[in-house]
Amino acid sequence: MRHLMSPLDFSVEELDKLFDLAGDIERNPEKYSKKCEGKKLATCFYEPSTRTRLSFEAAMYNLGGHVIGFSDASSSSAAKGESVSDTIRMISCYADICAMRHPKEGAPMVASMKSHIPVINAGDGGHQHPTQTLTDLLTIRSLKGRLDNFTIGLCGDLKFGRTVHSLIHALVRYKNIKFVFISPDELRVPDYITEMLQEKGISYQEVIRLEDVIGELDLLYMTRVQRERFFNEEDYVRLKDFYILNKAKMELAKPDMLILHPLPRVNEISVEVDDDERAVYFKQVQYGVYVRMALILTLLELV
Amino acid sequence: MLNVGKIEEGFVLDHIKAGKSLSIYHHLKLDKLDCPVAIIKNAKSEKMGAKDILKVECDINKLNLDILGFIDHNITVNVIKDGNIVAKKDLVLPKEVHNVIKCKNPRCITSIEQELPHIFVLTDEKKEIYRCKYCEEKYGEWE
Repeated sequence: MRHLMSPLDFSVEELDKLFDLAGDIERNPEKYSKKCEGKKLATCFYEPSTRTRLSFEAAMYNLGGHVIGFSDASSSSAAKGESVSDTIRMISCYADICAMRHPKEGAPMVASMKSHIPVINAGDGGHQHPTQTLTDLLTIRSLKGRLDNFTIGLCGDLKFGRTVHSLIHALVRYKNIKFVFISPDELRVPDYITEMLQEKGISYQEVIRLEDVIGELDLLYMTRVQRERFFNEEDYVRLKDFYILNKAKMELAKPDMLILHPLPRVNEISVEVDDDERAVYFKQVQYGVYVRMALILTLLELV
Repeated sequence: MLNVGKIEEGFVLDHIKAGKSLSIYHHLKLDKLDCPVAIIKNAKSEKMGAKDILKVECDINKLNLDILGFIDHNITVNVIKDGNIVAKKDLVLPKEVHNVIKCKNPRCITSIEQELPHIFVLTDEKKEIYRCKYCEEKYGEWE
């Protein structure tokens, strides 16, 4: 029995198989519509997360399965003080697979150690969010046709953004990826990541202004720069516009550069960009459902 | 000069950093054994200036010495039989350390579920980096 705790739990070859399966699901949804008949997915969400939970639920319904679960800790036995280990032992008797989101880091790992059913980490604090990374990779692979040989710009909050860190770790396994980190000094990518890139001899550059580099990028991964991350209001006001993507900045970009975003978007991508063919962040949401369908089938060994 | 006699069978931990012997005594759970133990603090050492020594008279197999590798792999472990040193054990960094150090990351699941074992995994042998099995926080990050 396998679990998914980190995007690195799967080898590059296993990911290829998973993405091939997701591609087949996209092309032939009918073929998979009854694959999970009689199976139940438990969504154990100890903190609210509408998009991830709905994506898992849609994935299971698309496969003909059922969903049980809770959507915040106050409506679960955790409110009475039950441990994660006890909860998963109980859930193991009710469901065939579990997707768990928890505000504390490592909670899904604890669950996987006691579980009799596959556990998927659906986000644990600032630690991991592997199905978002799988979604990002599938989106790039489906729309670019490859996961190697490109320059990717990561823009915004690169210090605290777990989706950014996971994506970097996942992409370094592919050939000839160049990273361009675009952020204010306060929100630079952590040292342990740049040290890892140096050790592996992977090319990267760090810049402050998006305009300066947008023309070199094949992919642009946007994240939100949050006001509360800055020490003072003055710095926030001075820097925030550097990280807002608008039509003017898009004119400097390559004609086939793709824009990704883990969502929710607030104001870092101007709505005027939404109609640009290069804006694929809403398609990304659809790929999130396909990759979760492929993941459920793979972990339940139904393929 | 303080003199502590030879032991017949057991082991001597030498070259312990001065002042660290008591913590090793507890980590090895020597307080749970009923064998004779000598703790020598601040003994003179040419190499270290001052050092601690632990002499324990018991079967060496009764103890889990892995933890010594984690605490300080420069400690010398001399195995004694019939009053003589018969072997020296090399200490290596253990792959996992259970319930010796605690994860101090306030966001870690161990911060709210106290009954969980604290497990650290060796993730970089060269740099001697241990990370919490659950949250992957580096040991020492919150010191």
